[in-house]
Amino acid sequence: MDSIVNILLPLWEWLPEYLQIFLWNLGKILLIMLPLMGAVAYVTLLERKVIGFMQVRIGPNRVGPKGLLQPIADALKLMFKEIIIPTNANKFLFLSAPMLSIGPALAAWAVIPFNGELVLADLNAGLLYILALTSMGVYGVLIAGWASNSKYALLGALRSAAQVVAYEIAMGFALVGVLMAGGSLNLGDIIAKQAGGFSNWFIIPLLPLFFVYFISGVAETNRAPFDVAEGESEIVAGFHVDYSGMAFAVFFLAEYANIIMISALTSLLFWGGWLSPFGDIGGILGNGFHWFLLKTVFFIFVFLWLRATFPRYRYDQIMRLGWKVFIPVTIVWLFVEAVMFVMQVGPWGA
Amino acid sequence: MKLMKHYLKSFLFLELAKGLSVTLRYLFARKITIQYPEEKTPISPRFRGLHAQRRYANGEERCIACKLCEAVCPALAITIDVVEREDGTRRTSRYDIDLFKCIYCGFCEEACPVDAIVETDIFEYHFEQRGEQIMTKDKLLAVGDKYEDHIAECKAADAPYR
Amino acid sequence: MSFTEIVFYAFSAIMITAALGVISARNPVHSALFLVLTFFATSGIWLLLEAEFLAITLVLVYVGAVMVLFLFVVMMLDINITVMRQGFIKYLPIGILVALVLVTQMVLLVGPENFGLSQFAEPALKAADYSNTRELGRVIYTDYVYPFEVASVILLVAIVAAIALTMRRRPETKYQTPIKQMMVKKSDRLRIVKMQAEEKQ
Repeated sequence: MDSIVNILLPLWEWLPEYLQIFLWNLGKILLIMLPLMGAVAYVTLLERKVIGFMQVRIGPNRVGPKGLLQPIADALKLMFKEIIIPTNANKFLFLSAPMLSIGPALAAWAVIPFNGELVLADLNAGLLYILALTSMGVYGVLIAGWASNSKYALLGALRSAAQVVAYEIAMGFALVGVLMAGGSLNLGDIIAKQAGGFSNWFIIPLLPLFFVYFISGVAETNRAPFDVAEGESEIVAGFHVDYSGMAFAVFFLAEYANIIMISALTSLLFWGGWLSPFGDIGGILGNGFHWFLLKTVFFIFVFLWLRATFPRYRYDQIMRLGWKVFIPVTIVWLFVEAVMFVMQVGPWGA
Repeated sequence: MKLMKHYLKSFLFLELAKGLSVTLRYLFARKITIQYPEEKTPISPRFRGLHAQRRYANGEERCIACKLCEAVCPALAITIDVVEREDGTRRTSRYDIDLFKCIYCGFCEEACPVDAIVETDIFEYHFEQRGEQIMTKDKLLAVGDKYEDHIAECKAADAPYR
Repeated sequence: MSFTEIVFYAFSAIMITAALGVISARNPVHSALFLVLTFFATSGIWLLLEAEFLAITLVLVYVGAVMVLFLFVVMMLDINITVMRQGFIKYLPIGILVALVLVTQMVLLVGPENFGLSQFAEPALKAADYSNTRELGRVIYTDYVYPFEVASVILLVAIVAAIALTMRRRPETKYQTPIKQMMVKKSDRLRIVKMQAEEKQ
């Protein structure tokens, strides 16, 4: 072990500085990206299993023990399938759309803190950065719908664009509440403000904003019951109707990466992230990455649970919910929060 | 007042929670999946699957080429040609069932006066070449010879109800 | 050339190319997408200037919302490009003339002699914990609170006006009111009648 270090260390120091920085950051990115990709693959299995169980079925159980190798089989199958480009499609945009949808989904992970120290980029405006990147995911959908030159795809893209823009506002307002409570746009600071057990978590003063945020998150990721962008019963499969093989798979990777992202953010912003509900008492019940993981997995489960339970919303009702219910609710609660701030109750008490 | 109640109900997510609790309960319910190739559901003796032609115990084929099945077949899946054998009995020289046309209604079995054509409870069969779906007389008799015991058993089990 | 310079020139090159693409692309959707790319490169340059709040807000507001709605409209319009291109040559001389006049005016007013390090001292790099957002908020809500509020009221008036101009009730259109649909109870629709059992004839 020592000899390996002895060989590698001079080699590392021999590298020019910018290459060192580049490699160091690349290593960190890979450290986040690889487990994330694995998680994405296994969330697909979890989804099939959970929804299967809720429908009194077993779900995939043939590939590997208990079906645990199913995502790998799916990935291999999709990799070897042909990517068909429709005759009248805009080839460049058609192929760049999947990348445009996965790029922001992965880039947003740069500012997620995994525990007190582990964060790739400790950005001052972390919350804004996340909001900006999640709002960009819609380009993949929009361009995919337009470039495939199909009416179903275009309809799906238009539905998705209007829906995402509508819910982004509610989501942004909910996050304004969080940053008012946290007093910072930096995610690490927001968590630090929630330290000291369950009673200090933002879920208590910001309960309505939590619901608005989470439901908007479901709508923003185009998941059931807000999945009218796909709407297989009306518009076949929506924006990705003409995609096949790996291009299709990338859309799904992006969707699941976004699900994990929203779940992680919900646990960070409202449920104290890596903080333990019992305060920092040390040991397994003390603060740590495992709490963050546990909370995130729970919210991923809620995503699947919602999908297994509720039928798809009608489109006009989705719009109504976004504009006429969520935005007023958030504005009212922001006002309440401001009053609490002035009166020094809740997390702003002396 | 009604409006107040409505708003209270929708903002407390009462109905949504009710729905979620149902699905959560079923998450832990016993699963009813039958893992097909290993496990199978019980099959009724009346099941109408692959066709077969039966013989009498002495080895003589039952079919007397009366063409009742051909006449009753709603999908026109049965084709029969008739000859007179040397011993003067009326027999089929050709008895084809096109399984692509057949709708497995069981009318042929009902129509048959001598219980020659029957539908067995075999449903796991496939064709690999075009043309294989035509069940010729030889194939039908082969199926009947192979499963005669089982067919007889099924017919006996169903007999009290017919 | 330092790393920042490389990044600056890369972003500038992308920005200028994309900006040219906006006005030269034949397809309006392509133009809109080029505009998105321009915004991106601009926000990259702003990041270099340590204006991270403005940079991210540019992406959030313009890329995330405004351009999505632009694309939305452009995709739904069935624009006939050949008709729009008619008379391009005919109007070209006038167009060039107007452009020249504009460029001359701009050069005269805001020429290169007004910019550069000789006019302004090089801004000092801020400390790592310097929060751009906090400073911006402080300035907007203290020094410039009056213009800021006026601007927001004007925006509000514009929103209300836009809605008032476009919203009209069409009595001939039939539509459902979801609130009414949801409020319906069994007792509103269903009447259970008790009846005497009839005698068998």
